[in-house]
Amino acid sequence: MAVEPNVRQVSGRPLVEGTASGPVLVLERPLSFWGGVDPTNGHVSDPRHPQYGHSVAGRVLMMDRAVGSSSSSAIMLELIRNRAAPAAVVMGTADAILALGVLVARELGYETLPMMECPDLDYAAPELRGASATVTPDGVILDWERRTVT
Amino acid sequence: MRLVVEVARILGAERLVTIESAHIDGCLHHGDGGVEFAERLVELGGRVDVPTTLNVGALDLLKPERIRSHAQRKAMALRQMQAYETLGCRPTWTCAPYQVGHRPGLGVHVAWGESNAVAFANSVLGARTNRYGDFMDICCALTRRAPETGLHTDEGRRARVHIDVSPVNPELLSRDVFYPVLGTWLGRTAGDRVPVLTGLPPSVSEDQLKSLGAAAASSGSVGLFHVVGVTPEAPTLAAALGGRTPEEVIGVEPAALKATLDSLSTSTSRDIQAVALGSPHFSDPEFRALEERLPEGRFAVPFYVCTSRSQVERLKEEGRLDGLTAAGVEVVADTCVVVTPILAAGGGVLMTNSGKFAHYTPANTGYDVVYGSLEDCVTSATTGTVSRDEGLWR
Repeated sequence: MAVEPNVRQVSGRPLVEGTASGPVLVLERPLSFWGGVDPTNGHVSDPRHPQYGHSVAGRVLMMDRAVGSSSSSAIMLELIRNRAAPAAVVMGTADAILALGVLVARELGYETLPMMECPDLDYAAPELRGASATVTPDGVILDWERRTVT
Repeated sequence: MRLVVEVARILGAERLVTIESAHIDGCLHHGDGGVEFAERLVELGGRVDVPTTLNVGALDLLKPERIRSHAQRKAMALRQMQAYETLGCRPTWTCAPYQVGHRPGLGVHVAWGESNAVAFANSVLGARTNRYGDFMDICCALTRRAPETGLHTDEGRRARVHIDVSPVNPELLSRDVFYPVLGTWLGRTAGDRVPVLTGLPPSVSEDQLKSLGAAAASSGSVGLFHVVGVTPEAPTLAAALGGRTPEEVIGVEPAALKATLDSLSTSTSRDIQAVALGSPHFSDPEFRALEERLPEGRFAVPFYVCTSRSQVERLKEEGRLDGLTAAGVEVVADTCVVVTPILAAGGGVLMTNSGKFAHYTPANTGYDVVYGSLEDCVTSATTGTVSRDEGLWR
């Protein structure tokens, strides 16, 4: 067993500014938050989704693109109010529906989360799983320092 | 206006467009944040600046006892619906505003929420709207402005993918049951690229286009599709493509279609516990098709049809509601079975002819789902046992 230090930075465009970090959760298929995420606890509730059973709460949620119902911004607001929101969201293509949920939470005075558009990240790369990430206004720092390689 | 401008920045829009109408999705209760937001707008003296219709809420206001939510949740859902009325919106409570007279014309900018309504407004009516979510829709209605980007622009409306439907059995093209399946396949295939379809018959009905768009907007992010010879911006393939070559040409293979059909059902159970129709809300022609097929006696399982209060009014006025009720049809108004608890507790299998219900039922209600045609749903509900005619799909 060895510990392999490994840190990489990917630049991006902040959709909602902020700084946060957490373990990465990659959505392997696009997920509609409405009908796909339980707003009370952040669990992925669509049984047909590959990340079914995982929770978005506290994770740096990564997705190539968003999908589905225009009610997803309301689910994002509920997740923030219920303290079950992701730590940050990183997406390949900017999605205003999810971002709006965060912006409304900010207007109402809740603590919000950073969202970042990172078109250069390979969302299908297996190495993303098991990484931690820190989102800053400049980009995403991927961190495998705590990863144990066997 | 601050939110409108922030979203414009996120989307990279340099200007705002002036809109002529809005359809609000934000009146549906997902939690108390939606109530807090709407009531904040009321406190601030907000008033919509364009004609604005309202999407479904979480209550059947005509039959409130039908909803199984806790009293507290129902009270909050009602407060949310009332706040939007106070902001000056029309209490239409339907996901199909285009069936209650809200039909903006070709090229008119609007701000609509609800993914099926967006797809219909853009594709069938030729109006121009992006897929506005909760909150953004009302912000646009209050300010009369929307970011000039995406489907508001000529470039954003140009088709990128050419979908060739000609490999499909022509007999299937005339059946209603085909369109939600095609839509589901289309959403998964096109993603967020604007598709143009060739090979559909000019006789394709408004309800067929409605169910196609609703399914495509559920399984993908389709906000606009063109159908050559049918939809207003596609008199020809070249016009829909803006004179350019498509990024991809994809034929609809019968095997892929059959696989999509199968994916719409999550159960192989022989028994069903309920039938639900009307996502998007049932139209008058759809009610007539159902009325022609009603059984002699009563259905063996609960049979829900979701529609607008204005359609319920019409059924009453024309003396048609009693016939439906006598057969055991429960007409649900102002809401629908996948957005609020109406189905009996305990779960089971729900049968539907709606691609959108098939998509959302498992996660939102805990029921498994079986997809079939209107005829299949009626036959199955009469016995309580699944009966499906799949002959044309082979």
